[in-house]
Amino acid sequence: MDLWNIFDKEWIPVGVWVETALQWVVANFRFIFQAIKVPFDLVLTALEDGLTEAPDLLVLALIVLIAWQAGGRKLGIISAICMTAIGLMGAWEESMTTLSIVLTCVVFCSLIGIPLGVLAAKRNRFWMVLQPILDLMQTIPSFVYLVPIVMLFSIGNVSGVIVTFIYALPPVVRLTNLGIRQVRPDMVEAARAFGASNRQTLYKVELPLALPTIMAGVNQTIMMALSMVVVSSMISVTGLGQMVLRGIGRLDMGLATVGGLGIVFLAIVIDRVSQSFGQSSRARNHQKWYETGPVGAVRTLVRK
Amino acid sequence: MSDAQIECRDLWKIYGKRSDEAMKAVLSEGLTKDEVRDRYGCVLGVRNASFSVKKGEIFCIMGLSGSGKSTLVRHVNRLIEPTAGEIHVAGKRVDTMGEDALRQLRAETIGMVFQHMALWPHRTLGENVGFGLEVRGVPLEERRKSAETALGAMELSGWIDHYPDQLSGGMQQRVGLARALAADPEILLMDEPFSALDPLIRRQLQDQFLSLSEHMHKTTLFITHDLDEAIRMGDHIAIMNDGEIVQIGTPEEIVTNPVDDYVADFVKGISRVGLVRAETIMEPLDGREGTPKQVRADAELGEIIDKFMEDQSPVTVTNPENAPVGLITIKAALTALRG
Repeated sequence: MDLWNIFDKEWIPVGVWVETALQWVVANFRFIFQAIKVPFDLVLTALEDGLTEAPDLLVLALIVLIAWQAGGRKLGIISAICMTAIGLMGAWEESMTTLSIVLTCVVFCSLIGIPLGVLAAKRNRFWMVLQPILDLMQTIPSFVYLVPIVMLFSIGNVSGVIVTFIYALPPVVRLTNLGIRQVRPDMVEAARAFGASNRQTLYKVELPLALPTIMAGVNQTIMMALSMVVVSSMISVTGLGQMVLRGIGRLDMGLATVGGLGIVFLAIVIDRVSQSFGQSSRARNHQKWYETGPVGAVRTLVRK
Repeated sequence: MSDAQIECRDLWKIYGKRSDEAMKAVLSEGLTKDEVRDRYGCVLGVRNASFSVKKGEIFCIMGLSGSGKSTLVRHVNRLIEPTAGEIHVAGKRVDTMGEDALRQLRAETIGMVFQHMALWPHRTLGENVGFGLEVRGVPLEERRKSAETALGAMELSGWIDHYPDQLSGGMQQRVGLARALAADPEILLMDEPFSALDPLIRRQLQDQFLSLSEHMHKTTLFITHDLDEAIRMGDHIAIMNDGEIVQIGTPEEIVTNPVDDYVADFVKGISRVGLVRAETIMEPLDGREGTPKQVRADAELGEIIDKFMEDQSPVTVTNPENAPVGLITIKAALTALRG
């Protein structure tokens, strides 16, 4: 053997190991991963059925009302324009599928990410372990884990949600951690000085004060989930991503553009609405949410 | 010591991973703050502090920033765990107390006011003030009633549904006080409550607190870095330096009899007019006759100086039975004024 070119030979067969390990996991533990799928499947199916089977205009009205409530009249109008444009381009059905995948992903990212972030803020050692894992989740090219995900979870929309979940989870964990750590220490100390337990301090003081930062994390998670839409369509996830992928595959520029524009319009709406949720009531002049928007309008009407 | 409402005995606080080792070494070898830091990497926060506060009095802890006064006061409700020593509050031993008992003590017996108000911005004033009751599970209506009373006492009724950022600094600190008083605790801990306010507002709040304190008789531990404030507020003053209590006494004792250069330095700029009393500067009569100019034994220096405005002959000091007990010459009065 030529000593000068020792790297011609593969000394550490990482690829083979991973392959073997994966085969072993698939052979013995696939049922676990199928069980993990169940909650994702339930939420996704419910959302997708609701959004696609309800009359289009009803859904449109609902989205506009939510946007108006969350971000005022201006956001309501922007949302109406964007969603109508999607509908007129003929991408309504697909965009509803994509929307339900993104929303499912957000539900699970929040359910898992916020508690992880809180724990990370409380325990430095846990945060030190968690940090490289989050880095890995964010930086490893998603193509790398598409294959094992398909082998463990099979193809389809639910697997798409899981792929997206892996990619989109880190920001909400990071920003929850940051938000809790940034709460002024004397605010926490005051809560303790008046006899609050750790749990009460968390729910009554730390979480509310960290909420704008946490919501920024949720917003980032949503944006990352949207950016996974095209990639996840490679494991036959339907929706706007699939339009783009099919367009590329058939060199059908029109189809790809419609899909791409659909993603952009959807992104604008979801981004603005989720950002408005993160505004603290201080930034809104201390008005309660039910005092503004359509709900506020209805309330004033009823009172008259 | 049975009337002591707060009592700390031989209290030590050493920060750092090796605090227990450091504590042993300090006790056996008497290390200084720097030696503790160099040898164990630990910071000495409070060094062998003992003091007791009587029921109803205002006890000031005075020191520069970093002297350990905030650390010391946080031992009283155990926001900071002591490394060694005993803490007794309202007849209960705090340093060995269980978690539940401690939370109850904090919620019911001790109210605390913070330097930077530490009002929660996401809660209305009512929710801020009622927090201590809320964590104890008191129903909303009762909480609101207590909050209204407490805010009313601080002349803030009508603001109950507003938020802290809608108030000025002085008003915010009055909310801080209302919050501390809402549960009607026996003890108040005040950590530089008026330091962040501008001088005029500070003065107003000091007066308001003093008059409030007069009819409420709360045992108060008052932290300040301002000796003027300590003298105005305190029945007793403890002066801290580098984690150690260097002197405890009444304002007059501290000003007229500083125990070392550190305290003397503080006292230098303090006006004695309202502090020094006739009995401390008078000379014995030694058979001399009393003069027509008379002051009582507890008369302040200012009153004595007024007497010397008329002429420069000595002033006679009388006891409550109006019998002459001593004489003050103009020289003695001026010396006392100069300090």
